[in-house]
Amino acid sequence: MSYMPARNHAAYWAFAAHRLSGLALAVFLPLHLYVLSMAINQAALNGFLDWAENPLVKLAETGLIMLLAVHLTGGLRLLALEFLPWSEAQKTRIALAFGLALAAGLLFFVLAW
Amino acid sequence: MTSNRDAADAKPIGELQVSIWRGGDDGELQTFTVPHYESQTVLDVVTWVQHKLDPGLSYRFSCRVGMCGTCAMTVNGRPRWTCRTHVSRVASHGALEIRPLRNLPVIKDLVVDMAPFFDKWRDGRGYFTPSQAGSLTVAPVDGNSPARKLASAAIECIGCAVCHAACDVVAWQPDYLGPAALNRAWTLVNDERDNDRSGHLAAVAVAGGCHGCHSTGSCASHCPNSLNPTASIAGLKREVTKAMLKGEL
Repeated sequence: MSYMPARNHAAYWAFAAHRLSGLALAVFLPLHLYVLSMAINQAALNGFLDWAENPLVKLAETGLIMLLAVHLTGGLRLLALEFLPWSEAQKTRIALAFGLALAAGLLFFVLAW
Repeated sequence: MTSNRDAADAKPIGELQVSIWRGGDDGELQTFTVPHYESQTVLDVVTWVQHKLDPGLSYRFSCRVGMCGTCAMTVNGRPRWTCRTHVSRVASHGALEIRPLRNLPVIKDLVVDMAPFFDKWRDGRGYFTPSQAGSLTVAPVDGNSPARKLASAAIECIGCAVCHAACDVVAWQPDYLGPAALNRAWTLVNDERDNDRSGHLAAVAVAGGCHGCHSTGSCASHCPNSLNPTASIAGLKREVTKAMLKGEL
């Protein structure tokens, strides 16, 4: 039994999604700052922005928005869990957090095209 | 005729392939073929193996009815109280894999050393501090007070260490007190008879204390008594924060 069925429940998935989205965003951050630094050379920045119109990049940006939203709603859920009186509605909150994140991603996907 | 005799006379309804951990931390699985009976528990299976196939098999149990918390093992990957776990609910295609509890040193076969587990109860100051030392009078406690309700919700822990075995933070951070010890501390923080509330809070406001919890919720989803240590630990985090803001810690 090499896998761990003990981890297969909603709260653990919420934890894993929060942790992995945080790591992915941390990896992305230097790239983001690198692109921002291109602003001192207008031609380079414009070149990058043209490249960013590529549909594959748009798709990747949708994923990025989704990661940001997952991390944001997951963080708000944790703040509620730790600072508000305990609620038995934790699974509902987890579903809400993922649902809002998905909605944010889809909204971006629709608006970006 | 007693129900025990009935069970002894019962006809098997099938066969189980049971892999059981043998040896210490560096042991290995050994497979046994065991008859499958109706209403058979995982503890029944282990007992059958010891009685019929290998008297050298070591395991631990006492009450057999879910009161004492001594028979917890890892069954098909999940920590469970084996005396109240029916084989028919957990067997996967007639196979059972029974290992000792995770996150505790293995002494032999299915027996783990519980000392590190209960040491953490002590380190989390999980003991009562009386307010009237030596008094014979019983302190009146209002069972409906908000604090007592919080304490009562967490009090029925049988010390089986299932939550401790289910928790990844215990596995990742050796000095983490763990869900059982922190749940115990939460009952005392809410016990109006206890005379050392800030002492209890100070004991869990340390590295390895309540703030180590990542709220993965595995403790609550595996507690055989349906307790919720995640909620208890969240309560400790709030009370510790309040106490710090008030300058009491």
